[in-house]
Amino acid sequence: MHIARAARSNLVRLGAVTLASVLLAACGSGSTGTGQSNGEVTLSIDLFGTFGFKEAGLYKEYEKLHPNITIKQTDTEQEQNYWKSLQTRLAGGGGLADIQGVEIGRITSVAQLQSDKFEDLDAYGAAKLKKNFTASKWGAATAKNGAVVGLGTDNGPEAMCYRTDLLKKAGLPTDRDELAKRWATWQGYIDLGRQYKKNAPGKSAWIDSVRSIYTNVAGQSKERYYDPSGKLIWETSPTVRQAWDLSVEAAHAGLSGSLDQWSPSWNQAFAAGSFATLPCPAWMLGYIKGQAGKSGAGKWDVAKLPGRAGNWGGSYLSIPRMSPHKKEAYELIKWLTAPEQQTKLFQKVGNFPSSIPAIEKVADTKDPYFSNAPIGRLFGTAAEQAPVQILGVNDQDVQEQIAKALFEVERKGTSSSAAWGNARKGVQNAIG
Amino acid sequence: MTLVAPAPGARPSPPAPAPARRALRALSPYGYIAPFFTLFAAFGLFPLLYTAYISFYKVELQTPGDKLWRGWSNYTAVFDDPFFWTALRNTFTLGALSTIPQLMLALGLAHLLNYKLRGRTLFRTVMLLPYATSVAAATLVFAQLFGHDFGLVNYALSLVGIGPVDWQTGTWTSQTAVSCIVIWRWTGYNALIFLAGMQSIPADLYEAAEMDGASRWRQFFHVTLPGLRPTIVFAVIMSTIGATQLFGEPLLFEGSASGGISHQYQTLGLYMYEQGWSFFHLGRAAAIAWVMFLLILLLVGLNALLTRRRPAKETAR
Repeated sequence: MHIARAARSNLVRLGAVTLASVLLAACGSGSTGTGQSNGEVTLSIDLFGTFGFKEAGLYKEYEKLHPNITIKQTDTEQEQNYWKSLQTRLAGGGGLADIQGVEIGRITSVAQLQSDKFEDLDAYGAAKLKKNFTASKWGAATAKNGAVVGLGTDNGPEAMCYRTDLLKKAGLPTDRDELAKRWATWQGYIDLGRQYKKNAPGKSAWIDSVRSIYTNVAGQSKERYYDPSGKLIWETSPTVRQAWDLSVEAAHAGLSGSLDQWSPSWNQAFAAGSFATLPCPAWMLGYIKGQAGKSGAGKWDVAKLPGRAGNWGGSYLSIPRMSPHKKEAYELIKWLTAPEQQTKLFQKVGNFPSSIPAIEKVADTKDPYFSNAPIGRLFGTAAEQAPVQILGVNDQDVQEQIAKALFEVERKGTSSSAAWGNARKGVQNAIG
Repeated sequence: MTLVAPAPGARPSPPAPAPARRALRALSPYGYIAPFFTLFAAFGLFPLLYTAYISFYKVELQTPGDKLWRGWSNYTAVFDDPFFWTALRNTFTLGALSTIPQLMLALGLAHLLNYKLRGRTLFRTVMLLPYATSVAAATLVFAQLFGHDFGLVNYALSLVGIGPVDWQTGTWTSQTAVSCIVIWRWTGYNALIFLAGMQSIPADLYEAAEMDGASRWRQFFHVTLPGLRPTIVFAVIMSTIGATQLFGEPLLFEGSASGGISHQYQTLGLYMYEQGWSFFHLGRAAAIAWVMFLLILLLVGLNALLTRRRPAKETAR
């Protein structure tokens, strides 16, 4: 018996060793592997879309100012995919960067649900920076207990980008002030689109997709998907209805190129000149330059957006609790979001500042790529007049589902009421 | 394998094995299979049971710590969701669209490769190439080919006067496009399996058939096909499993977990993934996982019943 027990314990030991090695292997992949010998620190920063820091040379500048710091950026093009992977890593507790970008449509979710997973920047003295930022930008990143979960980077005041060469060929005016008058309302914009369609050069569309119309109209009102008490009211919201109806009208009039935004075919369409106008928040300017390339220089222009002033997008930088270099990370995001850097960013890439001193500084900026449009003044006025929107936990999900339903309308000719039903089902599923 | 107990007829080795050694020998097989079962317990059994557990709770990825008891409502929500039924239907239609042509093509190709051809090895190797390509790479290339405005397929169709086909938003068109990727990847693999089966059919059967004056076609139907029966059953089962698990191709075709704007090619796997990793409803996703599990058990049971009835019918004949 004694011997048999010895054998069994051998077996148990064997099993235990196997299990332990398996578990160890599973744990080994958690760390991000940032070296920290003799004061050298590598800061990882994980972003989506185009924040423009790298493009504007800000990392290099910071590394020159702080020789012991090396900055490594990773980037996901689509915010949806980025958010998915960020949430997976937050839940798993590994693989997070020292700094994570957060879109404005998600910041409420982070502030309300996950403030325990991100550093309270107040602890590092962020309160002193508050006066630099617009009240809405600062407020959205503040949790109920007063914790500040992120510092604002850019804002997304909206304007209308258009191709002067295409408009000219279609026999329409190309002057930005005259166009602003013609499309003072969204109805005027759609009517002008009908005129464009009659003489459209080379089968080009008036607008890339009705999603553009939808998001920009929805960005022009204070109340959108949630009421001030935080209740979801999108189904009865007049803003949503108006944005929806305008989008459907444009789709039925055949004005849309029916391109899925952020898809490869949308990207190809910039260079191919498949559409004449694109409602554009400030950060879109950098995207247009990237996609249309050098050959697009001088062909684009920017005018005032139809309807009122509005905001679409803008972002924050946050520091996960798991980061091993919180202090250094805070110094970096403080520097990146400071007025001087926000100014540079706007001048080089087009991301519009959320910092008040920076907004004042960029007022006279003109962009040669966009036919010397006074983008500083255009976006500045829009930022000033844009409503302070009521944000909610699931803003981005609601928007995504509505946009998908609208895509059915323009691409498949689904009826407005059927698509609305699909949007409802989609939102129900997404929010659960 | 050298530690297997000595065969009954073998003479016992002169020094009788110590009891300790004998015990070790008796137990060592368990030691050998332990790694697999440990891994299975950690990565198979535990997730299975834990999934069952959380399928009764509301669990969100953003706040995994807060579980809220839900009872059966995660399950009723699945059956009440029209998108679930869409996904179920899509899984079957996509399965049929990809499996049937794939197996027929594979059978034909295997038959051709079974002839004495010049450069046979080259052809056989080439057949396996798609299988060696990654799903992601293949799907991304196919997505470009099936592009609406700049795709090669639509360009080719336009040459023969067929207007641009919307390979993304139509139900049948998009499912055809996705099936093409599956067919492209798996036909060669199945052809090789069929080929191996064909080569195990004794040559004298063919000789006898030829002597009886059977044409190539008759040989194929009356010698090859019956001889291939077990191989075909194997290929059908493997392809059916593959079809119920279809995931990578539809996910990457347009890069969205919803399987197209109207969920027109969303499979069950994708539907579960969307609930879990796009909407972060882990409880709902767990319920879907269990529904899928039971569904597959049901299918396998039916399959077993059918194959068991088969020989009985044949002996009766």
